[in-house]
Amino acid sequence: MSHTQFALLSNQAIAVCGVFYFLALMAHLAEWAVGRTVPIDAIASGASTTTTVAAAEGGGTTVTDTLVDVDDDSADRMERFGRVGLMLTVVAALAHFVAVASRGLAADPVRVPWGNMYEFTMTGTLFVVIGYLALYRRYKLGWLAPVVTGFVLITLMVDVLLLYTPVVQLRDSLHSPWLIIHVVAAITATGAFTIGGMASVMYLIKARWLETDHTGDKAGYLARLPGLVQLDQLAYRTIAFAFPVWTFAALIAGPIWAQAAWGKYWGWDPKEVWAFITWVVFAAYLHARATAGWKGRAAAIIALIGLATLWFNFIGINFFFGSGSQHSYA
Amino acid sequence: MTDPSEYTNVRDRARSVAPLAPREFLRWSWRQLTSMRTALILLFLLALGAVPGSVIPQDSVDAVLSAQWRQAHPSLTPIYNRLGLFNVYSSVWFSAIYILLMISLVGCILPRTRVYLKAVRARPPKTPRNLSRLPEYRTLELDAEPSAVLAQARAALGGYRIDAHTDDAGVDSIAAERGYLREAGNLLFHVSVLIVLVGFATGSLFGYTGGVIIVTGGQFANVASQYDEFNPGSLFQVKNLKPFSMKVTDFDVKFIRSGREVGMAQDFSAGVDYSLGDDGKSQHTRISVNHPLDLSGTKVYLIGHGYAPDVTIRDSTGEIVYAGPTVFPPESTTFTSSGVIKVPEAKPDQLGFLGTLYPTYAFTMKTGPFSAFPDAKNPGLSLQVFQGNLGMDSGIPQSVYALDMAGLKPVKENGQALRLTLLRGETTKLPNGLGSVTFNGVDRFVKLQVSHNPSDWVALMGMILALTGLLGSLFIRPRRVWISVRRKGGRTLVEVAGLDRSAGGNLADELDGLTAHLEEKA
Repeated sequence: MSHTQFALLSNQAIAVCGVFYFLALMAHLAEWAVGRTVPIDAIASGASTTTTVAAAEGGGTTVTDTLVDVDDDSADRMERFGRVGLMLTVVAALAHFVAVASRGLAADPVRVPWGNMYEFTMTGTLFVVIGYLALYRRYKLGWLAPVVTGFVLITLMVDVLLLYTPVVQLRDSLHSPWLIIHVVAAITATGAFTIGGMASVMYLIKARWLETDHTGDKAGYLARLPGLVQLDQLAYRTIAFAFPVWTFAALIAGPIWAQAAWGKYWGWDPKEVWAFITWVVFAAYLHARATAGWKGRAAAIIALIGLATLWFNFIGINFFFGSGSQHSYA
Repeated sequence: MTDPSEYTNVRDRARSVAPLAPREFLRWSWRQLTSMRTALILLFLLALGAVPGSVIPQDSVDAVLSAQWRQAHPSLTPIYNRLGLFNVYSSVWFSAIYILLMISLVGCILPRTRVYLKAVRARPPKTPRNLSRLPEYRTLELDAEPSAVLAQARAALGGYRIDAHTDDAGVDSIAAERGYLREAGNLLFHVSVLIVLVGFATGSLFGYTGGVIIVTGGQFANVASQYDEFNPGSLFQVKNLKPFSMKVTDFDVKFIRSGREVGMAQDFSAGVDYSLGDDGKSQHTRISVNHPLDLSGTKVYLIGHGYAPDVTIRDSTGEIVYAGPTVFPPESTTFTSSGVIKVPEAKPDQLGFLGTLYPTYAFTMKTGPFSAFPDAKNPGLSLQVFQGNLGMDSGIPQSVYALDMAGLKPVKENGQALRLTLLRGETTKLPNGLGSVTFNGVDRFVKLQVSHNPSDWVALMGMILALTGLLGSLFIRPRRVWISVRRKGGRTLVEVAGLDRSAGGNLADELDGLTAHLEEKA
């Protein structure tokens, strides 16, 4: 295949993956729409649903009965929608991967697919999806599905509509092995921080919801979210993974490369400044989790501030500071 | 950084001590400063304080840009100046934030190191009487002898520090603990932050950076006077400049020809002959972006390039009064470049030229002359001519990129200020018999940055240590496990209990693994 054909393939694959992410999002929304009437323990206990629920809800017999009547069917459908959504996400991720890979193959000479913003966003979202799929089983991330697919779909739409660039060769300063080391680390950390941020959003939403006393609710999306402790743990684990990776990307690999390319390992370039800000905010997050009075909600808010600075750095810097940044290509 | 429980004590203490004696006050201030809450606030201030430096052009990052900004905002400039907003990262208030943060950090590391040094040698706590109260608790019955079970458990608990106990009732047990290095990682991380800061600071005190522009074919010797700009650290001594000399032999550049990044330099490199010392052997090498020349610690970077139009000027007598390339710094992405030519030798009057170079000359009625592409496909030179006194004898050093207009007046032709446009190889006569100008073509110049940072490796080592410590403090999971065994009805009753001492552990899984192992082996 020629370079031009690969470029074309990449453009088609990104459209295909967009469609599949959309379908996956729809399937997951359907899953949760159906799930509104399915009690939490319905799916977990499978065939013995009726008895479990009836036993659990000793008091409100009438309500319970109606729920149980619907639920055998709905629980099935909910599970099916969920499975379909997951499969569609996998298909979308494959198309996404093809789009990213062929983008790299489209350049002459062949290169890594993150030479500019369009490609960087494309690859970054792929890492979010891969992270989500990799952790899906271990952390039972079913509840995160609509968030992830929605986020990736919207980000890719913005990417294709606003940031699209034809394939071009790399700028001179990008000709370095550090392009792979520095950027892969940065994208990995960005993906993990993003998933951690999603868990923090859910934490805040669920905490607010619990405050208005829904402890008795046994159905619906928010009831089905993991408990606050688990959400907090998921956020902590992903961020604790992302933080050292980010440290390496922004404060070790970046400076080494900058030293070689620009003759200065740290020059307070806007992108460097914001990478530093992100680092400081997440450092604060890790400290806050260990501090009385800052645990839980405050920590979740700090994580979201950190995530905001990360994405602002990722996209905002280029729009607001443009040529003022030596990182204006990424 | 202080223990959370200690933090609460600080607050209680602060409330209980109403009239603060000076000593108490100092103690209280120190406690406040080193409390985790203060550290958190300082971290946020640091993040917040870094923001303006990315929004307002910084002198240290781009002096030209910040000068332009100052010109465009005359009313804000004095206020910003006073607030140090053009030099955020060396401003008093920014320094105050990070110095306070560092003090808070030291105040946290010291006591914690003391505590840790004691704890690191500590033995695992004795087996609690009632294991079932612990967060993780399992029991199982085995056929093997108690001593055999304990031996198996010891073998399975690799990496644990293990003590054997026998309580008053004669029940044998082992107490095991692991993860002592977590706190060491934590301390290493915080100490490393200080190392990085020290490396950063000494680098800017004892190092230097200098910039020099060399036209291809030109030479450079590493002495301060040969630099166009020289920024030594405040403790750098000029005699420490490494003796070397170099000659730029050629310059090679490729521009991207299509796409959104059209005209971007994709690959540029300069060939140099260099020699170390006063009479070292000359060696040839190529410098490009990402591939600086490293002369044992002093590094030469290629950071920019541009054109130097080669012009020959004759005066009214027909003498050649100026010949050779003149550096014209680029002003746009298509390398429209501008510069100044000063001809003090010209007679009868001195001559000055304000020039603009278009590497690929193009013209439309709407835009006037412009450069269509950064490469020198069809260079065109546009000159405004002035005569009079260049003011070069006044003793005040002049910029080579500007004309002192005080003693100059434009040369006119038919009542209009003269503007010459020359393509490569063309010669034009100046009016009134002032002489002629020949545009021979363009040479290239390179902008080199020479820098020496004696302690960049300190900062790098610090960062790597910090990362190592960070990994330890995040992923080493301190935990305690106790196993007690007793004989009961011909079988051995085994109790396994554990305590996770960090967040995010997976102690339950590990205990499940341990009991499975015992059931299988014992």
